[in-house]
Amino acid sequence: MTNVHWPLDSGRAAFLKGCKDALGVPAAVLFAGMMGFGALCHSVGLSAWAAAGTTIFMFALPGQVVFAEMVATGASGLVIGVAAMLTATRFMPMTLALLPQIPLNRRGRWLYGAVHFLSMTSWAIAMRDFPKLDPVHRGPYFAGLGLVCWLCSIPGTVLGYLLAGEVPLAITLALVFLNPLFFLLSFTEVRPRANRLAIGLGAAIGPLTYLAAPNASLFSAGLIGGSLAYLLNRLMRS
Amino acid sequence: MTELVALVVAALGTYLWRCLGVAFSGRVNIESEFFRWIACVSYAMVAGLVVRIIVLPVGLLAQVPTPLRLLACGVALALMVWPHPRWGGLVPGLLAGSLVIALASLAL
Repeated sequence: MTNVHWPLDSGRAAFLKGCKDALGVPAAVLFAGMMGFGALCHSVGLSAWAAAGTTIFMFALPGQVVFAEMVATGASGLVIGVAAMLTATRFMPMTLALLPQIPLNRRGRWLYGAVHFLSMTSWAIAMRDFPKLDPVHRGPYFAGLGLVCWLCSIPGTVLGYLLAGEVPLAITLALVFLNPLFFLLSFTEVRPRANRLAIGLGAAIGPLTYLAAPNASLFSAGLIGGSLAYLLNRLMRS
Repeated sequence: MTELVALVVAALGTYLWRCLGVAFSGRVNIESEFFRWIACVSYAMVAGLVVRIIVLPVGLLAQVPTPLRLLACGVALALMVWPHPRWGGLVPGLLAGSLVIALASLAL
């Protein structure tokens, strides 16, 4: 392969490289974001096990925030679950944009497990760094990256829940803000023009569709903004 | 009980999208126009979500006034793209942005 910046000896080395890359800014940002979420759960009266359970079994912060807010408003379990599910729509296109970069003969049933550990954080890093890796090492790298991100999030949630009330509001707010800020900053590292256009258009359309239809907003912002960006890029290419 | 039902439905509903992505990814050719399109759709979705969280937050962040949230983003973005070896980049950007939020909320 051309342009492989990170020569690695084995799948095991790639897995460990993924773990190591997670244990820095990404894990710190996720840990902080999950602490903020734990504090939010405590403030709206969610039980500690439900707070930790959403991190373990959902592992999708925006959906978890919707979950906590809706439990607080007294919505029914089914309505809350479906609302959280709608915010997770993004995982399908995210997965479809990421996994085909792993060679077909290196993909297997293990991906059905590994994909649970996919978050916006690990996705943003994998999308940026997959081109630097030999394609055969992308799978194990992704597995290590996701697993460590998930493992760090669980104690983050619990700690945030336990410390809620002890920590000044200013600190909690700063922690909650770190997560969206991390994604905002990581967008500046996206290089392909089509994807940059998609970020710009999605950012412009997202809040508008949210005001029009909160539950379907991600889906519509993604489809409209993404398709416009794709078409615009094709026009600019020709 | 509400929490348990909500958690089971939300967890299965979240996993469903991940699972569908894996199931269909085997049919996607990396050289195809579909792959380029789906990458655009996923970036637009994530960007839309992030900007919505910053501009129209639900929960705790709504307590910080919008102009101050935008100021924090502006400061962080400026540091992120500043090529200074020590004061530019991701970590200074993150620290400065969250510092603005912390200072802003002290004044609340």
